[in-house]
Amino acid sequence: MATCGLTAGAKAIYDTLLQEITQKKLDNVDLTPVGCVGECALEPLVEVIDHNGQKTTYCKVTVEGAKQIVESHLCMGVPVKDLTIDNFKKIDGAPLQVRIALRNCGVINPEDINEYICYDGYKALGKVLTEMTPEEVVNVIKESGLRGRGGGGFPTGLKWSLCAKNKSDQKYIICNADEGDPGAFMDRAVLEGDPHSVIEAMAIGGYAIGASQGYIYVRAEYPLAVERLNHAIDQAYKAGLLGKNIFGSGFNFDLELRLGAGAFVCGEETALMASIEGERGMPRNKPPFPADKGLWGKPSVINNVETFANIPVIILKGDKWFASMGTQKSKGTKVFALGGKINNTGLLEVPMGTTLREVIYGIGGGIPNDKKFKAVQTGGPSGGCLTEEHLDTPIDYDNLLNLNSMMGSGGMIVMDEDNCMVDVAEFYLKFTVEESCGKCTPCREGTRRMLEILDKIKSGNGTMEDLTELEELALFIKDSALCALGQSAPNPVLSTLANFRDEYIAHVVDKKCPTKACKALIKYFVTDKCIGCGKCKRNCPVAAISGDVKKVHKIDSSRCTKCNLCKQSCPVNAIILV
Amino acid sequence: MKFVLDEKKVALLKECIARHKQKPGPLMPSLHDAQKIFGCIPIEVQKIISEELNESVAKINGVVTFYSNFSTEPKGKHVISVCLGTACYVKGANEILQAIEEVLKIKPGETSEDGMFTLETTRCIGACGLAPVFKIDEKVYGAANKDIAKKAIEEALKA
Repeated sequence: MATCGLTAGAKAIYDTLLQEITQKKLDNVDLTPVGCVGECALEPLVEVIDHNGQKTTYCKVTVEGAKQIVESHLCMGVPVKDLTIDNFKKIDGAPLQVRIALRNCGVINPEDINEYICYDGYKALGKVLTEMTPEEVVNVIKESGLRGRGGGGFPTGLKWSLCAKNKSDQKYIICNADEGDPGAFMDRAVLEGDPHSVIEAMAIGGYAIGASQGYIYVRAEYPLAVERLNHAIDQAYKAGLLGKNIFGSGFNFDLELRLGAGAFVCGEETALMASIEGERGMPRNKPPFPADKGLWGKPSVINNVETFANIPVIILKGDKWFASMGTQKSKGTKVFALGGKINNTGLLEVPMGTTLREVIYGIGGGIPNDKKFKAVQTGGPSGGCLTEEHLDTPIDYDNLLNLNSMMGSGGMIVMDEDNCMVDVAEFYLKFTVEESCGKCTPCREGTRRMLEILDKIKSGNGTMEDLTELEELALFIKDSALCALGQSAPNPVLSTLANFRDEYIAHVVDKKCPTKACKALIKYFVTDKCIGCGKCKRNCPVAAISGDVKKVHKIDSSRCTKCNLCKQSCPVNAIILV
Repeated sequence: MKFVLDEKKVALLKECIARHKQKPGPLMPSLHDAQKIFGCIPIEVQKIISEELNESVAKINGVVTFYSNFSTEPKGKHVISVCLGTACYVKGANEILQAIEEVLKIKPGETSEDGMFTLETTRCIGACGLAPVFKIDEKVYGAANKDIAKKAIEEALKA
């Protein structure tokens, strides 16, 4: 019952199950709400685990279906075959997946601390407080090879050690839960499905660097995550796992939630700190790095949600176990949010080094409606798009950087042959233009000029000089912007220019949009298939269509507003885009 | 729509601010509360916050206008937010937005004349698996299209 499930109607299903189970007095059944299972497209999901451990997953459950499940499966022990996952998914990508950060998501009830504790919860915190020195903790994280999962990939252990060696009366540990990338929802799933793992990891981090106060900076757009975090923090305080003298070790740690207010730039660490301090969320120059001078001028460490979610497991299972997964320079696993034109949208976690092909065709089940794969955008507005030829590249930090993209937070948006890459580049650029904080000129002015050039190209007025200028501007902004937002803002444009230059040239030279996505460059045309029924003529809001009954009709392009109503109303698909 | 300062609400806000003042960085939590209590943070409310926190109105105004979730204008009875995140965009969120604009005769950021609806575009709400999505108040509509949007507006009018 995370955001996706609730959107699909999980609440009604839960209530129905509860009502049926109570009515039928089924005392041997436990009904538990859990977090994200990762099968967003198939929600609402119901999993039934029999007493012998046999698990059955039901998808797209309706109120009727819920009643069937209770009557057949719970009362008589006969699964409802028609509703099980096998009927919905062509391919099962489970063997590829290794769940570390998402280990408890969809398994435990996120609102019950005892369920978390049953799954080794807070054991790692107990271990570090009673058996390890702060230096040992930092070393384990260093040796594990864990790198920042927010997208930058900075070694987490190194970040901790830099802050740990600074002497100060007060230090802070901060969780960056301002998941602003459009199309990324990994952090949301962890916060909604397993909030205690983040709380535990922050306490471990606090002990390692010598911080007694932690802040979780979470997006206001995630109300459910905020609610569950607040609940989890209260429970942890009541259980003595936060607050004074935790595990009798003399270690004190307080944790507080702070809400963002809709500024993408606040995902940048210095801007995030400014926001907590109650300023406009604007980045500042680095150095000094937060490890030396962070929140309120005190040494601070900022890690992303997914980075934290890995920490307790590393402590319990050891750095060697973690380092045994992944590639040479990128260890462990990565969570991806797979969306866009893909059959199985959802959340997945795979070892670093898994290829894009395995993710898109193996776990994602390929492209819907037998369309052709065109590109996948990784890393959101700061990333780039990868094409057919990159499908067999192992995914890790360095490989993606070499391909002009970046790991980013883990959003993966798949595009098919119908998506115009110029349009996609413009979409991302529009986003960064809107979200630029305005502090530095290259980002404030430069990205806006780039957007103007893209608009010119999309409207059919572009020239080849514009393409050169676009590229020059992009490289200049990359070099001169103040923070990562500005430095990476040109990436979507640069990578589409590199991989799909022919599409740009089609817009500029032929004045055509190959995918028919850019409105200014398309015309509506009636083919000879027209039976002269007059439906299009009646539906046209601007009277741009003329023709006699039973004769082929004609569209006057100069009047047509391209509203698409004629194409929708034609019973014989006679209207095409040219 | 005119903004009226309600004494009860002002007292409630002052209580919240007093609580936040006991901890460092009280401004953002105070603004969130103000937005919750009044539905928006116009200059009258900014002045109260400035007095309570002993900060200049200019600074408060600078922070309010920086963050897109804070609004200085009162909103309609219902707020419709269309998600324009990437997954929703590539699956046709723009068409939904246009359909709603046509029905309500307003553009994003505007409120309908009868004060019933405010139309907004929102940043990704993290329900990408069900793209495209839009929200009316707190209710999320997934796998949406023009017709679903039109029906949802009718439902909201009846509610």
